[in-house]
Amino acid sequence: MIRVQREDFDVGAELKALTAGRHEIGGAVTFVGLVRDMAGDSKIGAMTLEHYPGMTEKQLAEIEAEAKKRWPLSASLIVHRYGRLEPGEQIVLVITASAHREAAFEACHFLIDWLKTKAPFWKLEDTDQGAQWVAAEARDDKAAERWTKP
Amino acid sequence: MKVLWFAWLRTRVGTAEETLTPPAEVRDVRTLLDWLKQRSPGHAEALKNLSVVRVAVNQTYVQPDHPVAAGDEVAIFPPVTGG
Repeated sequence: MIRVQREDFDVGAELKALTAGRHEIGGAVTFVGLVRDMAGDSKIGAMTLEHYPGMTEKQLAEIEAEAKKRWPLSASLIVHRYGRLEPGEQIVLVITASAHREAAFEACHFLIDWLKTKAPFWKLEDTDQGAQWVAAEARDDKAAERWTKP
Repeated sequence: MKVLWFAWLRTRVGTAEETLTPPAEVRDVRTLLDWLKQRSPGHAEALKNLSVVRVAVNQTYVQPDHPVAAGDEVAIFPPVTGG
């Protein structure tokens, strides 16, 4: 399941809803991305997340389908926010659930790594040196590459 | 053809969306970008360094040799920074 929304999310409520009545699930892994208050040496007041409506949902659905192909997942959820966010706020939620923990851990890691390099979102940070578009990081590409099959 | 601009490419070009009719010699993403560069100084500035430009045609990532046609939605944007 995927959702792109402006509103905040409740991790506990999402986890409960995703696993309700699914007694074959033996473990669920949750990743929550938060807004940091620093970017390099600059203090961040807030950030605005822009995205490409339509393609965002399509990309997230494809990434989720790829995870389901690779691991035996019982359930999964990706929630990504857009709009203005302040330090400490939640940006993204990934939950993966499976009969056993290995699949849940690996699929969750895969989903957040791929999402960071494929989902069309862009961060504009309000820093003490003015508004700055965040540059993509080579280390994120490296993290995603790890999951590329030979 | 609908051309969409995002993030700092949008601010350089000065618009989020353009409806354009490229000439016949524009057949693929590479020739489209070359043609777009000539539209304004802002377009030229946005497309100066193509190593930081990504293109999606009809909401799917494509390479420079991918064909483009009249009814396509072509999105042009920098490397993504979500998550």
